[in-house]
Amino acid sequence: MSFVDFTWLIGGPQGSGVESAANIFSKVCAEMGYQIFGKREFYSNIKGEHSYFTVRVADKKIHSNVNDVTLMTSFDAETLFRHYEEVMSGGGIIYDSDLEETKTDAVHTLDAPFKERLHKKLELKNKPFTIAGILEVAKENGVKLFPVSFRSILETLSEETENPRLKGLVRMFNVIGVSLSLGLVKMPPDTLQQTIESIFSKKPEIAKINQQTANYSYNFATAKFESFNYALPRTEKELGTILVQGFQGTALGKMASGCRFQPYYPITPASDESVYLETNEILEIIDDRPGSTAVIQTEDEICAMGMTIGSALTGTRSATCTSGPGFALMTEMLGWAGMNEVPVVITNYQRSGPSTGLPTRHGQDDLLFSVYAGHGDFPKIVYASGEIEESFYDTGNCFNYADIFQVPVIHMMDKFHASSVITCKRFDPQKISINRGKLLEKVDDDYRRFEFTDDGVSPRSRLGMDNGIFWNTGDESDESGHISEDPVLRVKMMDKRMSRLDLILKNIPNTEQAVSFGIEEYSIISWGSTIGPVLDAIDLLKKEGISIGLIQLKLLNPFPSDYVNSLLKDVKTIIDIEANHSGQLGKLFKQNIGRDIDYFILKYSGRAMTSTEVYDSLKKIVQNKANKREVLMHGA
Amino acid sequence: MALKLADYKTDVHNDWCPGCGDFGIVNAIQMALAEMGIQRDKAAMFSGIGCSGKTSHFINTYGVHTLHGRVLTFAQGAKIANPQLTVVAVGGDGDGLGIGAGHFVAAGRRNVDMTYIIFDNGVYGLTKGQASPTLKLGEKTKSLPSPNTNSNVNPIGLAIASGFTFVARGYSYDVRHLKDLIIQAVQHKGLSFLDILQPCPTYNDLNTRDWYAGTDLVDEAQKRHSRIYKLEEQSFEPVVHYDSEVEVNEKLSQALIKSLEWGNKIPIGVFYKNGLISPYTQRLKDKIPNYLENPPAKQNISKNGHSNTDISKILDSLEV
Repeated sequence: MSFVDFTWLIGGPQGSGVESAANIFSKVCAEMGYQIFGKREFYSNIKGEHSYFTVRVADKKIHSNVNDVTLMTSFDAETLFRHYEEVMSGGGIIYDSDLEETKTDAVHTLDAPFKERLHKKLELKNKPFTIAGILEVAKENGVKLFPVSFRSILETLSEETENPRLKGLVRMFNVIGVSLSLGLVKMPPDTLQQTIESIFSKKPEIAKINQQTANYSYNFATAKFESFNYALPRTEKELGTILVQGFQGTALGKMASGCRFQPYYPITPASDESVYLETNEILEIIDDRPGSTAVIQTEDEICAMGMTIGSALTGTRSATCTSGPGFALMTEMLGWAGMNEVPVVITNYQRSGPSTGLPTRHGQDDLLFSVYAGHGDFPKIVYASGEIEESFYDTGNCFNYADIFQVPVIHMMDKFHASSVITCKRFDPQKISINRGKLLEKVDDDYRRFEFTDDGVSPRSRLGMDNGIFWNTGDESDESGHISEDPVLRVKMMDKRMSRLDLILKNIPNTEQAVSFGIEEYSIISWGSTIGPVLDAIDLLKKEGISIGLIQLKLLNPFPSDYVNSLLKDVKTIIDIEANHSGQLGKLFKQNIGRDIDYFILKYSGRAMTSTEVYDSLKKIVQNKANKREVLMHGA
Repeated sequence: MALKLADYKTDVHNDWCPGCGDFGIVNAIQMALAEMGIQRDKAAMFSGIGCSGKTSHFINTYGVHTLHGRVLTFAQGAKIANPQLTVVAVGGDGDGLGIGAGHFVAAGRRNVDMTYIIFDNGVYGLTKGQASPTLKLGEKTKSLPSPNTNSNVNPIGLAIASGFTFVARGYSYDVRHLKDLIIQAVQHKGLSFLDILQPCPTYNDLNTRDWYAGTDLVDEAQKRHSRIYKLEEQSFEPVVHYDSEVEVNEKLSQALIKSLEWGNKIPIGVFYKNGLISPYTQRLKDKIPNYLENPPAKQNISKNGHSNTDISKILDSLEV
């Protein structure tokens, strides 16, 4: 059987249904048994700016996107201008033939720096600044062109179905685009029809018109398009496969972990998680009455964090979800939670900083900020998930850590996670254990919330519990929680709280602290969503006989120095790969382990890494041709 | 077992200045709790930062001394997670109307069933007497280098505009009246606000106990009268009785006009009370039918150490 690795790209103005088209494509391919890795890119804009979706389809497990696009489908000029170079030789472009004469200057959303670069390239090749011009270049690159007038498809369909409204219904362009694509690669048409039906199951009228359009477009492609080198034949579907969006991993993890309270303030790319939790606020509970998650939209992130803490004090598993700017606002309260030993989980879907940065773009910018967030010394856990599947189970761990060690836990996620759509094994909630640590079910007399104990963790009462009265304060306090400025008590209390860091390292299993994918002469350290492209890149190199090691850091604070050192002590060359400017994990590594990073592969363009570019850089390193700092740039 | 006033006091040393108005407020809160017979472990006092922030340590219930300006956020979180708790939040006027003003307004929109008490003295005491949001423009309390350059916030007016459904003012040296107000506030179903005039003997040399008592005012008959008077003694009717726009607007506007009175006549008592607006817990119940019987804090989340939440239907819908 030939190996299938196919990347489809669809683009269009925000609001034109690019995401719906990509959902249809992903779902159809997943139904046919393929593995999916899809990623959405969009501007901080509601309508009009360019957005696009790349869906990588393969018949084996994939963890990332690649540079090469096999088939691009566009119903607007901007997508062609921005992405024509990404289509590989032998690949194809389906485009709206009505656009051929469109000039770059007619596309107002093409920003000046991009246009300047594009014009330079076209000038070099002596091509006009039009769609026809860039298509000539594509053709010279060996790309096959599939012109079709989207408007005439609508017109013909409108006549055939005797539905005059359809003629002007340009919002059907997305369905036309995806159906043409599926026709071209010979996907079974019935799956397309079923997928549309299921997506519009609540709106039968809309489903019908979409199905008609899909059917017509699909048949148009099979009948009228020239043959294409690539087909996606039906393959064997692995049972128990789900198609999930990134934010669903932590959201479903929260439901399963017993998180019952989540206040939040809207922020990209974090809000989707909270909205999804609220959409599913009523929960089915095994052998019990229904449960629920109270999802509260607050006036700001400060209130979100305050409510999270207030709720956690009642014994409720509580979390909030935010991104860098919101997390920045929460940090004073983070210290309060640390001081008062309150278990809370903050899910941090990072994006490109600093400040508002690139609000809808990717970045692993907040590692050091999270590790050092808050004034003063207090214990906290910073924990990072690599892949989306992992984030479901990690969410369970984060709540357990919070409860067991009575510390705030910052769960690091990012925009790459949030707007990816992938196939993975169905999540298994039974694998999520629930450990509430020293949370009390009943309280004996003479209760002191911050009692000194052998392991530095005190039994925890909850607001409203019989006999469990305690006091909290952000001031230094005595065992009851009353303010104290006594110097001796101060030292004891600081030592008690901070001793938690050693306890965490001692009690969290090594495999949850860091994951070793093998140790080689050249070994990578990386974290978070970047693990995906790194895994695929290593795999590619392995096929060429080049073995590269990889340690995925998950526990980032406290830093598992001894364990990581034991893994990497004999490694000759250490490569740090992450999506920020300064190599934040590398800095943390140096600080804790005292060893310099030999090479950095970094990306901070706001676009996630592809495995192709990680592969290229790693190869350069192995061939001794790399700079100490390799900065990746792929992606529009 | 019936609880006595003494049961609501802790033995924590109280380090407020001698003569501080805060003492009267703490006493009134303790008296109110005792009179209502609220079990100590079913009540939680939340406090902000500043002198008033220490209040939670002096009251023998659950006590959560939070952060500057943020007390309402913690308190609302606790009340929503465990609606069976009696929640009272306290803080200074700088805390609630300066740094915390955003939360003050947003809390009004939510109408969570709890009580918020502001200790209103016109100065930031614990940082040595800077001007706070309720100090009037041009006034110069003793540690200010120059007169106040900001206009003041009208706490009662802001509470009314923000949607608080019970709005009242008390005076810290009229402890019995204050205790009654606190009882009414706690028993009100919705978010209640109490603005408590509280002389700071150390830093506010303008709005002193004597000033409130009107010792500087002499009427035509050479008789002194207190600046403070009680709304209920003037047959002021603050309660919204039926849900009509005319009724609500009338009660809101008379309260707002009353809130502007200051100077030689300062009203205390209930300005506005509307029990017809749904408390936040009711709004949640409308979405989550068993929310009140099975709120977040009461839910059982595990079985034999494993998740007992059944998300299989959601997972089914994701399956391909």
